[in-house]
Amino acid sequence: MRIPVSWLAEHLELPEEEATAERFVDALVRVGIEVEGVHELGEVTGPLVIGRVAEMEELTQAKKPMRYCRVEISDDDETRGIVCGATNFVEGDLVVVALPGAVLPGGFEIGARRTYGKNSQGMICSARELELGDDHTGIMVLPSGTAEAGDDAIEVLGLNDTVLDVAPTPDRGYCLSVRGLARELACALDVPFADPAVFDVPEAEGEAWPVRVDDPEGCPRFVVRRVSGLDAGAPTPWWMRRRLLLAGMRSISLAVDVTNYVMLELGHPLHAFDVSALHDGLVIRRAKKDETLTTLDGVQRTLDPDDVIICDDSGPISLAGTMGGASTEINEESTDILLEAAHWDPPSISRTARRHHLFSEAAKRFERFVDPALPAAALEFAARLLRQYGDGNIHPGRTDIGEVPEQPAVTMRIDLPDRVAGIYYARGVTARRLNQVGCRLQVATGESGVAEVTATAPSWRNDLLQPADLVEEVLRLEGYDTIPSTLPPTAPGSGLNAAQRRRRTVSRALAEAGYVEVLPFPFVGDTVWDAFGLPGDDARRHTVRVLNPIESERDKLATMLLPGMLDALQRNVSRGLRDVALFHIGQVVLAGEELADAPDLGTAARPSDEDLETLMAAVPEQPVHVAAVLAGNRQRSGWWGKGEPAGWADAVQAARAVASASGIELTVRAAEMMPWHPGRCAELLVGERSVGFAGELHPTTVEALGLPKRTCAMELDLDAVPLRDGYAKPEVSAYPPVLQDVALVVNADVPAADVAEVLRSGAGELLESVALFDVYTGDQVAEGKRSLAFSLRFRAPDRTLTEHEATEARDAAVAAATEKFGAKLRG
Amino acid sequence: MSGANDPYDPKEVAALAPEALQSAVEKAREEFASAADLDALAAVKPAHLGDRSPVLSARREIGALPPAAKADAGKRVNEAREQIQAAFDERREQLQAERDSRVLREEAVDVTLPWDRVPRGARHPVTTLCERVADVFVGMGYEVAEGPELEAEWFNFDALNHAKHHPARTMQDTFYVGSESSGLVLRTHTSPVQVRALLEREFPVYVVVPGRTFRTDELDATHTPVFHQVEGLAVDKGLTMAHLRGTLDAFARAMFGEDSSTRFRPHFFPFTEPSAEVDVWFPEKKGGPGWVEWGGCGMVNPNVLRACGVDTDVYSGFAFGMGIERTLMFRNGLPDMRDMVEGDVRFTLPFGTEA
Repeated sequence: MRIPVSWLAEHLELPEEEATAERFVDALVRVGIEVEGVHELGEVTGPLVIGRVAEMEELTQAKKPMRYCRVEISDDDETRGIVCGATNFVEGDLVVVALPGAVLPGGFEIGARRTYGKNSQGMICSARELELGDDHTGIMVLPSGTAEAGDDAIEVLGLNDTVLDVAPTPDRGYCLSVRGLARELACALDVPFADPAVFDVPEAEGEAWPVRVDDPEGCPRFVVRRVSGLDAGAPTPWWMRRRLLLAGMRSISLAVDVTNYVMLELGHPLHAFDVSALHDGLVIRRAKKDETLTTLDGVQRTLDPDDVIICDDSGPISLAGTMGGASTEINEESTDILLEAAHWDPPSISRTARRHHLFSEAAKRFERFVDPALPAAALEFAARLLRQYGDGNIHPGRTDIGEVPEQPAVTMRIDLPDRVAGIYYARGVTARRLNQVGCRLQVATGESGVAEVTATAPSWRNDLLQPADLVEEVLRLEGYDTIPSTLPPTAPGSGLNAAQRRRRTVSRALAEAGYVEVLPFPFVGDTVWDAFGLPGDDARRHTVRVLNPIESERDKLATMLLPGMLDALQRNVSRGLRDVALFHIGQVVLAGEELADAPDLGTAARPSDEDLETLMAAVPEQPVHVAAVLAGNRQRSGWWGKGEPAGWADAVQAARAVASASGIELTVRAAEMMPWHPGRCAELLVGERSVGFAGELHPTTVEALGLPKRTCAMELDLDAVPLRDGYAKPEVSAYPPVLQDVALVVNADVPAADVAEVLRSGAGELLESVALFDVYTGDQVAEGKRSLAFSLRFRAPDRTLTEHEATEARDAAVAAATEKFGAKLRG
Repeated sequence: MSGANDPYDPKEVAALAPEALQSAVEKAREEFASAADLDALAAVKPAHLGDRSPVLSARREIGALPPAAKADAGKRVNEAREQIQAAFDERREQLQAERDSRVLREEAVDVTLPWDRVPRGARHPVTTLCERVADVFVGMGYEVAEGPELEAEWFNFDALNHAKHHPARTMQDTFYVGSESSGLVLRTHTSPVQVRALLEREFPVYVVVPGRTFRTDELDATHTPVFHQVEGLAVDKGLTMAHLRGTLDAFARAMFGEDSSTRFRPHFFPFTEPSAEVDVWFPEKKGGPGWVEWGGCGMVNPNVLRACGVDTDVYSGFAFGMGIERTLMFRNGLPDMRDMVEGDVRFTLPFGTEA
């Protein structure tokens, strides 16, 4: 909200020299009103004067409308010739003239010049040129009587002012007004405040208009007054126009300007109906299904049964508290108007505004909270302005339906603010501050013998509902900077847990192994699963939908990390990087086939364990996965020679690194699983439990996603990889080892890992390690066979092992391999 | 070959003859001298100084001599052995000196040649900064709590005192998921984990919560729909806003140096009352030291404690939170948030593996 400093100062008892923008900004920020911008009105130097257009001549030789005006700028008869491109004025109008030598905001120097064959001695200014507002549709025309020709325009226009752009938090609806902001300033600066809403509102004499409220929940209070005999052409006085301009509003007509002005000053939105367009009495109710209303902005809206509306005999005429209807809008001929001020249910307004995307100034205030005690005073203020400036006749009747109950009183120990802040405030501070914000107080001694204060919030505050709310008022007005800084007693922590430590280890291990961490978004489209070649019934297609996605084609939450990572890989490659290895550790969303609705549990007390269990069960499982992708060379080529392309084995090795960071070993076996290459895919298991896959991607997927050829990937469910059980307990024998090599010929489809495993179990306890050092296929072995050469290292824990013992163990290992896989010792 | 117990046989002791020993010494000198390098020298050493060398073999024959001859023969053998050893040592010194002065120089390489066959990767600065923040609080006795990113609305809003249709809730730009009635959202902050912590943990509760969060902002230089927060929650007996300030001041010093501190401005958050926005004094701020908007904080709203079944007469608490991407932007002077989400390795590699 934009408000000039001078307007705020008007309601404060403060010497003029102390009412500075700087002081106001500091004060507002200190009490919690954010100031988003401070706009000093543009500096104008040199002669800027009020002029009267004496004559004007249309310049027909110009391509666009152009006028040559004779402008009086003093009370002598002399006039100045000025060429002007605007058309929104007539002879006799008061305008603002920058004479040669004047410098306008932005360093715009005005000089005399010759143009369109005329001598132009200055410029007639628009509001924007003077930085009074954004309006550049024409020049500024001041209402007659505002000033005399020749007056100093800087003075008349109030150019020595600063506009503050304030953004009150959503709990403080009352601060969307001069009234509320000035009150905050008064509290912050400890100066007296003059409430502009205090009016001597006369007793109503009868009704102003027939009204029936069918929905008192949506409309707790509804007040109307009638003003007739209005001079439809009466101009808005300059002081009001100026304030509207500075607040960022265009001046439209006196009646509209007055409703806006009252809204800005008091914070209460008003609506004006053209009486001549009304069809009989007003009814306030919820809309019926499929009812329509054309609002002021010319849009025909289909109403929702939750929308609160105002109707007359013709049907809906206003979307209550949000936007008026076009059919009863006041216009330049309206002379008889019905002014409405109502209190609307904030949640209803909030829903309606969002449903219709109508975030009007009125809705913004009503959805927060508007002082329900204010309607009569706001109408009185508006009616008086219309009488004063538009010759309106205020009807003595007032229709006032409904009542909004006072906020409940809140009682607290009077020292609660001290106990929350951790400070001793001076005696009387709590009562003084609560009083200052408008609370009615009673102080008494409570049951425990401690003084208690009972505060009844003022009508404009709906946010003082519990002791903590009162505490905040005291603390913020006393200043947060007075609260000391002390550390609390030490907490009894036990450090990171095993899973958290493991995740860091995994992350470091992959980074040290050459992978770069990326943090892709979890949003995917279904097409990625097609590119992955997943069957229609694949569980990974059970995604949760995002109802309001950023990109409509990515409206699902991924069940795997790989789609986002492959995007990142592709992005790197498209930027000219060839050798790319990436990893990511993050949650995925596994919804299962159907999503159960999460229950709404209420917040008055802790929900039952049963309810909490239901609630937690409705949140889909979200295990932490770890994934890696790589393309290009794994070992770079360089001066040392050719590089080594990234391959399926690197992906499997990345998975093994994750397992080893967890202190366990993975079992690896061949598998067919999309999106992996069916012959180059390893299933990764912990015991018999499958925890993920690794290998080269399927060429179809690679092609569909535009990835580099032979891109490799692995993805593991990290939560399913158990943490090391217990403590490592290595036993190191100092006795010498015996080394024996065996080359075994087996069928080519027997996995090496399985042969190693059977050797290990067959050799018995003397075997210390087994390492595959050669894989051979070719002339030396039969077709369909391959030779696997293992180096076996034997060692005894308690003695020097003899060759003979080692050989026996080796023979047992070979025998086991022969029995299981028909392995033959190669000659 | 004869052993010590062999019967006496004067013919067999020719090896002990002075000429034989002298010849062995000369032969050794000759061969040592002709060894071209240390390896060659080492190769000929056993033949002259080893167990089976002529001199040592001869020594074993001494026992077979008549006692009167023993001392004399022993002296001769030892002299010969010492001469050979001296010849060996001399030659070895020569060769070592030569190696040091010439050979090692000839073996010189260009040590500036790179050898990054598998260059080191890197961890994302968002991850490492989350860890750094967590570590600061773990150092103060906090534990790290985590929770799901797709979360029940009850945890994300209701239990945090977000009224159903209050603008504070609707202004959060929430991603809704599943269906209109699912009651699920992508968490808009890490605060739902606070609620889970209050429901599940034993008191007192001191937790720090790093995590990924979501709001429906379009991606641009200063916004991203997916970002990270770190929040802290302390619920204990007698906690005050002074403790909150002390904690955040300590946090600021740990992150930005001894000269740093925090400043509170009153603000509104549904889940805290009183609430404040936190500015941090950043000594290395671009353009000179100054205050930077850092996050939000406040005393836990009693409504939140009640929804979690905490006795508000006994316990009070404070909570705070800040954006990791934002912190990274001002701390490191990064101009564009998109760099943090796009995954270009050129952005991440310079960060290495620690914050």
